Amino acid sequence: MTTAQQPPTPHRGQPAWAAALDTRDRAWWNDLAMRGVVLAGGMSAVLFIVAIFGFIASQGFEFIVNRLDLGELLLGVRWEPTVEPPQYGALPLIAGTGWITAVAMAIAVPLAFGAAIYVGEFARGKQREWLKIGIELLAAIPSVVWGVIGLHVMKPIIQELFGVQVGLNVLNAGIILGLMAAPIMATIAEDALKAVPDSYREAAEALGATKWQVVWKVVLPHARPGLSAAVLLGIGRAFGETIAVLMASGHRLMIPESIFDSAATLTATIAAELGEAAVGGDHYQVLFVLGMLLFLITFAINLTADWIVRGRRSKA
Amino acid sequence: MSLKTRTTILNLPEHRAPAIEVQDLSLWYGKFQALHEVTLTIKSGIVTALIGPSGCGKSTLLRSCNRINERLGYVSTTGTIKVLGHDVYGDEASRIQVRRHVGMVFQRPNPLPLSIRDNVLFGHRLHSARRASRADEEALLEQALREVLLWDRVKDRLDRKATSLSLEEQQKLCIARLLPTKPSVLLMDEPCSALDPEATSAVEDLIWDLRGHYSILIVTHNMAQARRASDECVFMLMGKVVEHTETEDMFVAPQKQETSDYIEGRFG
Repeated sequence: MTTAQQPPTPHRGQPAWAAALDTRDRAWWNDLAMRGVVLAGGMSAVLFIVAIFGFIASQGFEFIVNRLDLGELLLGVRWEPTVEPPQYGALPLIAGTGWITAVAMAIAVPLAFGAAIYVGEFARGKQREWLKIGIELLAAIPSVVWGVIGLHVMKPIIQELFGVQVGLNVLNAGIILGLMAAPIMATIAEDALKAVPDSYREAAEALGATKWQVVWKVVLPHARPGLSAAVLLGIGRAFGETIAVLMASGHRLMIPESIFDSAATLTATIAAELGEAAVGGDHYQVLFVLGMLLFLITFAINLTADWIVRGRRSKA
Repeated sequence: MSLKTRTTILNLPEHRAPAIEVQDLSLWYGKFQALHEVTLTIKSGIVTALIGPSGCGKSTLLRSCNRINERLGYVSTTGTIKVLGHDVYGDEASRIQVRRHVGMVFQRPNPLPLSIRDNVLFGHRLHSARRASRADEEALLEQALREVLLWDRVKDRLDRKATSLSLEEQQKLCIARLLPTKPSVLLMDEPCSALDPEATSAVEDLIWDLRGHYSILIVTHNMAQARRASDECVFMLMGKVVEHTETEDMFVAPQKQETSDYIEGRFG
């Protein structure tokens, strides 16, 4: 540019565009405002986590400080909060949660991985799209519906099939939870498979690998961190589920000895008893301590899942 | 390697069957026809270069020879391709066999995310019914890596990830991993296009060294490469073969107007 082409200079010898640089126009204000909005959105997640944990802790605080016997809570086998003297042994609830989660994972892992591998590696075109929509819809079924299925569909089937008296038991709740956790696990697992570069598949196929050999020897090993994360998040989901388990498990406050025993979980116990417990009383407070326990377990599971995925990324 | 040594004529037995015979091959990607009744015979034991402008169908033709094209799912073909006398478009099971005998090297080096050792032995392990003994595998590994002149550079780190190698080494590894299954034909899809000039020259030298042991069909965009590193040359345009002659003849005295226009750089 030559000087002849510059805009005419206004008073004080400054070019016109220099004044324009300093103008806080609408776009500038808009940018500022939207930054604020999205910052608030981003921060709210952390804020809510902290606030919820703070609330739960505050409700159980007095009990924790004055009367909590951690040994009894974690290892005591009798949960009898309403008899005198009350017993707060949560082992039956912890065991029930563990059993049901284990059964759920035994069902969900093969289902979810099977679905993910089929959708991600074998299905094509329209079929793939329809299957994905189906999986997403399955994930959106409300948990109370699953509870009703446990109560009215699975119960008679289990009674008939295994010849047992009680149809609401660990097996029933495990199946229901497994079916509930499978779609979300399948979605995460499929994302993990999708992240495997296609050039790996092409390379293996060009070497004469069958479709299944490609999946087994190349895709699955490479996707392992993502698949582990899928399992962990499924476990987290199973741990936290309440209403469906309450309806399907039989809610018996004893340590189950087989998958045909009824059982109770931490979540279902909180849901079932909190309404009856006197606000601020020992029973009320100990339920919040259970809540903290749950919170810590799911927090640990999610962090582990996150750590596995991130650890892999930073290495790659 | 000088041009002189490169142009030495290989004395091949006359009776050897052609490596690849393409007969009336037409190929469609969905509704788009990429190849029009291609008929072509690729001789055994030499390097044949496929040249032509982008989109002329040279990669498509190459990728039809081991049916890797079909991964896309919307590819349909008519006509036949015979590799060593066997029809490639036979039944399902033979596709695997074809790929065992027809190795492929891709544009971007694509070692699997495994150790160098497991990469080289991957194809061999797929195709042997029983896992070979440790000693046998080590012998195959060393032989393959020596053949691509990589052994001395990687012998102390065979258990390292193949993806940690340089691009040149990766591409050599991708050639090495084809060798344990004893293929007779090697297909190469612009094997040097992701490499710098020095690496290109190293990989070209390697390809030239493999000549005679393997029949090599190589797609290239690079005229100079086709000229210095091939025995015969096939020029393709718009999904058809325009000219197929000895490389010397094509660059010195092309028969067709399109060929001379292309190699003189008037289009493409």
